[in-house]
Order: sequence, then C-alpha cells, then structure tokens
Amino acid sequence: MKILVAIKPVPNPDEKVKVKGDGSGIVLDNIKMVVNPFCEIAVEEALRIREKLSGEVVVVTVGPKESEQQVRTALAMGADRAVLVEAGRDLDSLAVAKVLAKVVADEQAELVLMGKQSVDDDNNQVGQILAAVLGWPQATFASKIEFAADNKKANVTREVDGGLETIEVALPAVVTTDLRLNEPRYASLPGIMKAKKKELKVVPLASLGVDTAPRVKVLSYAAPKQRAGGGRVADVAELVSKLKNEAKVL
Amino acid sequence: MADILVVVEHHEGVFKKNTLSVVSAAKALAGLTGGEVDALVLGDGVGAVADVAAGTGVRKVLLGEGAAFSKYLAVTTAGAVAQVVKAKGYGAVFAPASTFGKDFMPRLSGLLDAPLASDIVGLEKAGEALRVKRPMYAGNAIGTVELAGSPLLFTVRQTAFDPAAMGGAKAPVEKVSVTAEAVGTAFVSRQETKSERPELTEARVIVSAGRGIKAQENFKLVEELSDQLNAAIGASRAAVDAGWAPNDWQVGQTGKIVAPELYIALGISGAIQHLAGMKDSKVIVAINKDEEAPIFQVADYGLVADLFKAVPEMIAELKKLKSA
Repeated sequence: MKILVAIKPVPNPDEKVKVKGDGSGIVLDNIKMVVNPFCEIAVEEALRIREKLSGEVVVVTVGPKESEQQVRTALAMGADRAVLVEAGRDLDSLAVAKVLAKVVADEQAELVLMGKQSVDDDNNQVGQILAAVLGWPQATFASKIEFAADNKKANVTREVDGGLETIEVALPAVVTTDLRLNEPRYASLPGIMKAKKKELKVVPLASLGVDTAPRVKVLSYAAPKQRAGGGRVADVAELVSKLKNEAKVL
Repeated sequence: MADILVVVEHHEGVFKKNTLSVVSAAKALAGLTGGEVDALVLGDGVGAVADVAAGTGVRKVLLGEGAAFSKYLAVTTAGAVAQVVKAKGYGAVFAPASTFGKDFMPRLSGLLDAPLASDIVGLEKAGEALRVKRPMYAGNAIGTVELAGSPLLFTVRQTAFDPAAMGGAKAPVEKVSVTAEAVGTAFVSRQETKSERPELTEARVIVSAGRGIKAQENFKLVEELSDQLNAAIGASRAAVDAGWAPNDWQVGQTGKIVAPELYIALGISGAIQHLAGMKDSKVIVAINKDEEAPIFQVADYGLVADLFKAVPEMIAELKKLKSA
C-alpha cells in the first residue's frame, strides 16, 4: 500500500509559549521545533501498516526549508522518502489542503494519514478539508485502523464524545490520528544515519499552481487572561470550609 | 448580511445542549452584521430535536430527514449542509466545537471552499470588518482572526458563550429536502461510555483524576467523591492512556474543554495540555502530594497531600455537611 503521511513541525509542546510584546506573533527563539505529536502517531501507523502489507511510506510537509529537520526525523523513524513543498509558515488550512491534494495526486497515494490537529494552531481542519477536496472518505480521530482482507476498505475506530465509534471507509481515504492509536517509536541511531541518504524532494510552492491566498488570517496574538492561582490550604477541613464559606460552591 | 445557519447537534434523537451556546454565538454575529439565525436538524425521525431547537430563539428550524441520516456521518452531514447553504444562500454556518462539529465542518469548508475558524471564543467588529477570537497554542495565545470569502464557517467553544434559553416561543419547523452522499463510508458500530452522571461539558462540578490515582480500581474513590458533589468525572491524558478511564473523560487541549463552577484535580500534575482544557473553571481545587506540581499555579485551593488519605477525609467532611 502506498501511504502518504503529512506532517507539520511545531514548537516543542512541553514548553509554554509566550506571545511577543507587540502581539505580532509567538516567541520562538530557544524553543525547539519537533514533529507535531499527532503527526508522529501518523508516521508510526504508516510504518506498522507497511510492515504488515508492504508498500511505501512517503512523508510530505508544506512549509519553510527548515522543516527538513523534522522531515528527516520521520525518515529516521523509517519512512522511505519525503516531499517538502517549500512555502511560508502562514498558509491557512484550505491552502495546505489544496497543496497536499496535488501531492496526493502526483504520488497516487492509496491512503493519507495525518495528525488530527497540530498543537500550535489547534485548528483540526486540514485532513477533513483534504478529504473533501479529493472527494475521498474521511475518518477522523482514529484510535484503531483495520483493513479488510482485500485491502480495499478499512474499519476505523474513532474517539468521539460519548465513547468510540467505528466506521467503514473505502480506500483511498484520509485518516486523522488520535492519541490512543499507537505509541510512536524513537528513531534509532542507524535510522538517523540512513535518513540522511534518503530522497527528500523539495518542490517550490509556485510550481504547483495552487491558489494559496489567505482565507483565514491571524492578524495578532494576545496573552490569555492569567489566573490568580497559587492559593493553599493546610488540610481537608480548611478546604471544605473555604469551598463552602469563601468560594460558596458547595 | 445574509442569514446565519446553526447546525444542531443531537445524539440518536436527543438534543445536545452544546447547541445552545452555538445559537448564542450565531446571534452575536447577527448582532454585528445583521441577518436572521435559523437552525438545521439532520437525522431520521428527529422531529423532537427540531421541536427543542424551535424553542431556542431561532427564526425557523429546517428539518432534513431520511434513512441515510439515521446515523451521523461526516460525509453525509457536510454534503447536506452544503446543499442547504447553496439552496438558501446562508452567509455563515455555525456548529459546536465538539467531535461532531470538528469532524464535518472542515469537510464543509473543503466542499464550499469557505473559510473556517475553529473553536471560537469571541466575535467583534473593527470598523466594518469582522474579527474572531480563538485560542491557539494550547490556550497560551488568543489569536485575532480575519476571514475572507463566503459563507463564513465557525465552530464554537461551548464554554465561551452563555447558553441560549430553552423552552421559548416555538419557531416554525420547515422540512427541507437533502440528499445523502455516502462517499464510500458506512456506519459500523458505536461503543457508548455509559454513565448516570452529568455530562462533563454540562456539569456544575467535575472531579478529575490523573496519574496519581495509580490504578483503574482506585477510580472508585473518585466516584464516591463525585457522588457527594453530583459531579461529572474527568481524567488527564495519563489516566486515559493507561487505560484507567475511557477516552470520553479526557479533559485537555485535544479532549474536552470544560469550565465548571468547581473543578477538583486529584493527582494531576498539570501539564500544559491539561490546563488548556480546564483553566477557565470558576474555582479550581488541586490535591497532589508533589508540592512543585504546576497544577498548583492555577489552583485557588491547593492541598499538598496524599490523595488516598485526603479524599476519604473529604468524603467524610461532605457527608457531615449534608447531615448538619
């Protein structure tokens, strides 16, 4: 099976980001860029499917040249080759999905896997838009993917409000990954060495002829309201008394 | 401007209250740009849902029914909403930022080539231009966003808009004809997380547990405390990943966003991703034996203690209060 995995570099999600003083952006100095955690899960799933069904795993990203570093991480995990569509960081979801649709068509992918959400913009959009643009089925928030015997269909279990839901999708399809799908492997040292030699094709955005004019534009950023936390109580008796008499929530 | 459509969420014919906040957000837009707010109910035999929606202050309810809509699917829902939007010329579409809205609304965006702002927490005008506020980076930044194109699409963070009142004067219900486009997709099964407790997103009190709870059987303690408070139960990612709690309980950036009157965090360290889902709660209590845990920075009442000692004490104190 030929699987395309779309990934996105994001600032390390374990570090709390700050808004720039003038509201023009996020302070990214000294914050390490990593593969978005949900995208890592997508890469891992693609590798597991390849291990079972054979085929090829192609990683694709849309972004600046520096994204090569995170693409190499995915290659070091075991992906076969990569495509980097060189573009600015500020493309919106519609633009990214349209660019990906071109790459999917070029590559003749049978399955597209991607994270359900990038933890920087928190949009949760690109996979679903891509499925619509391609006219493909979609299965979002996947926690389990099982292929039919003929590999023409898949049952995807989804994490939804209220529990779990399973749907059947005909392939080709777009599947977006949730947390419980798998635990991504670490890149091994030999994997990292091999990744340096794997094919990474850089494609200029302009060569794809996609309209990427912004439809959703972030004009400015502000810091959220800060909570005045940090209050302490000595014991349970004081806690319950304060909840009743001070906070009046009991 | 053109009229505004709210896509009503329901589960198997039961109206979901998150739609009430969506109606409020849609009305906020109507207040800024003009236009009337209508609701759309899709399903099979869901007249009762349309009836509830009709009492939320909308102009009218559109009811699209058919056997193919008996089980929710993103493909059929997005397709049907697109048909209604095109036929009636709506200028904006709203849905809740639940797993329902997050699933089909981006697909609608792709079908209509229309801009979508996810998880919005505010709408305002700058001169003639519309501006939308939405949290980004796990809530550590609030972006001001501008949309270009039509229709404008929004998913709404339930906690950011006061729910519209229910049970008002009944708006008319109008049947609309919609075609289901299954696009190679079929519903297979659903595994419901059963609970007699209030829903996480609607509860006044939430008791949440994390890694510190150590085992699935210890959730019994969480349940006993919740019983005393008529609380919903939540969990951190660590507790869900460990298999101690169902996915449906996860509170955080990519799980449920909650803002109850009282949020009690038991054995939760307070990772950025968890805080993103609960830091707008009115009162936050944290019980954790690690006094350095970041959860204490957002807690109004922090108690450094072993939860296995503190929680039984708290249950006893609450029982005393009740009998007093």
